[in-house]
Amino acid sequence: MELNELTITEAKEGLKSKKFSSVELTKACLSEIKRVEPKVKSYVTVSEKQALEDAKKADTMLSNGDDLPLLGIPFSIKDNFCTTGIETTASSNVLKGFIPPYDATVVERLKNAGMVLLGKTNLDAWAHGSSTETSDFGATRNPWNTNHLPGGSSGGSAASVAAGETIASIGSETAGSIRQPADWCGIVGLKPTYGRVSRYGVVSMASSLDSPGPMTKTAQDAALVLQVLAGKDPKDATTSPKKVDNYVETLTNDIKGCTIGIADEYFDGVNDQVREKVLDGIKVLEKMGAKVKKITLFSPTYTIAVYTILQRAEVSSNLARYDGIRYGNDRSTFGDEAKRRIMLGTYALSAGYYDAYYKKAQQVRTVIVEDFNKAFQSVDVIIAPTNPNTALPVGGSAGNPMYGEMADALVEPSSIAGLPGINVPCGFSDTGLPIGFQIIGPQFFESLIVNIAHKYQQATDWHTKKPML
Amino acid sequence: MISMKKASHSAKIDVSYVAQLANLPLTDKEKEKLEKELTETLDYIATLNSIDTKNVEPTSQVTGLTNVLREDTALPSLSQEDALKNAKSTYNGFFKVKAILE
Repeated sequence: MELNELTITEAKEGLKSKKFSSVELTKACLSEIKRVEPKVKSYVTVSEKQALEDAKKADTMLSNGDDLPLLGIPFSIKDNFCTTGIETTASSNVLKGFIPPYDATVVERLKNAGMVLLGKTNLDAWAHGSSTETSDFGATRNPWNTNHLPGGSSGGSAASVAAGETIASIGSETAGSIRQPADWCGIVGLKPTYGRVSRYGVVSMASSLDSPGPMTKTAQDAALVLQVLAGKDPKDATTSPKKVDNYVETLTNDIKGCTIGIADEYFDGVNDQVREKVLDGIKVLEKMGAKVKKITLFSPTYTIAVYTILQRAEVSSNLARYDGIRYGNDRSTFGDEAKRRIMLGTYALSAGYYDAYYKKAQQVRTVIVEDFNKAFQSVDVIIAPTNPNTALPVGGSAGNPMYGEMADALVEPSSIAGLPGINVPCGFSDTGLPIGFQIIGPQFFESLIVNIAHKYQQATDWHTKKPML
Repeated sequence: MISMKKASHSAKIDVSYVAQLANLPLTDKEKEKLEKELTETLDYIATLNSIDTKNVEPTSQVTGLTNVLREDTALPSLSQEDALKNAKSTYNGFFKVKAILE
């Protein structure tokens, strides 16, 4: 196996036993980036100089016996996380040329854990999308078939992991933006509970929904990364003071007797092959002793409207700060999708319409939260397809002003309720495109969903498959 | 694709007014396109009205946290130089903007 194909766990082992250095590991990633980027286009900025400096520093610390959780491990980071001294664009022309004078808390924690920064990955501009096609800098391609999209908005992050251009990545999710591209690219994507990971320094999309999280090759790696990211941050008042679990310790817990809830509402309108592979995945968990229970849940199709209003309203407010005066370029450089969302959001919040739209959506939000609370009284977790279909071809997301919100129906409800969810690869379509299922847990139950995902990956090998690039 | 019902949205959107509220410079062509797209989106969203929310409290955020405070003491922050670094136009340590008064 090439060094860039390793998981965090394998890379840590190799660095510790001096099989290779962080510089060699980093060079392997950089060389793979050079080789496949023309086909995949995951990165907005490759920070080669920074990466090699980070790696050299890591090697010195490793030789001193230092033991930081991610020491010497190369990461790519979605380009909506501020990184000091390295251009951060949110894939928008408005922020082209913006060099942040500070790090996002997530970036600071990763740096303190010893990570090596390879570069910043492509996204739908402002994270407004589910395809990465609305990036102002061109679409990223799906490494499994470059005529197809990687999903979004963290499409660059997902593609960089799937293509072996990095050991691990960081994405952010408002509704689906970690889980969905992870599904389409055949990797693990973990959206933590809202408030578990700090949003400080992340370009805001919807303040009551945004959740940064790991995008990795395995659930075990996701646990390692979450351990570094999770926790209260005085710079983000919405972060939870709740004690952070030890996600790594509980990875190998027996899942016998764990109850999995399955709702027909989440299989409605889902592609046959996706349904088949997801149900096969659930059978694997049953063989390990988990119990399956039929439940009913509020239909995802209603949440499309709720999410559209909440998100677009909050987006219109958050994007008001881009005045082109203190930083960035002027507001005429916003792309079409951003303009669309700002307009809808402003309208929904304007006098005379606030009650009918935003307030109403917040009330339905309460209904959705209570619906999940009720479900979790009788089941431990919920499993469902992450996406109703496999990766769309390039050009497939254009033309529908609500494409993103409609495509993400299966992940929106859990996002609206602030629940944690993880995508786990569970097979391929007959055309070789990845299929995954998502495990959704109650708030702050990341330990349980990562545990179940890890046990599944110990019994299957979907996550070890690699695309031919 | 998951399908979604459409309901009918009656009011006509004043795109110019909304663009002014949003401080968004739009060309006439963009305004025309946006009016069509926004109306289409609002038709979809009107399905929300079919959900009963009588006596339901709105949820603005799901953390349950309120009044998260800290001590009122000044802490290290960005330097003036760093804060001005990305501005297109500065003067004597200030952001410079177009004149708004005669």
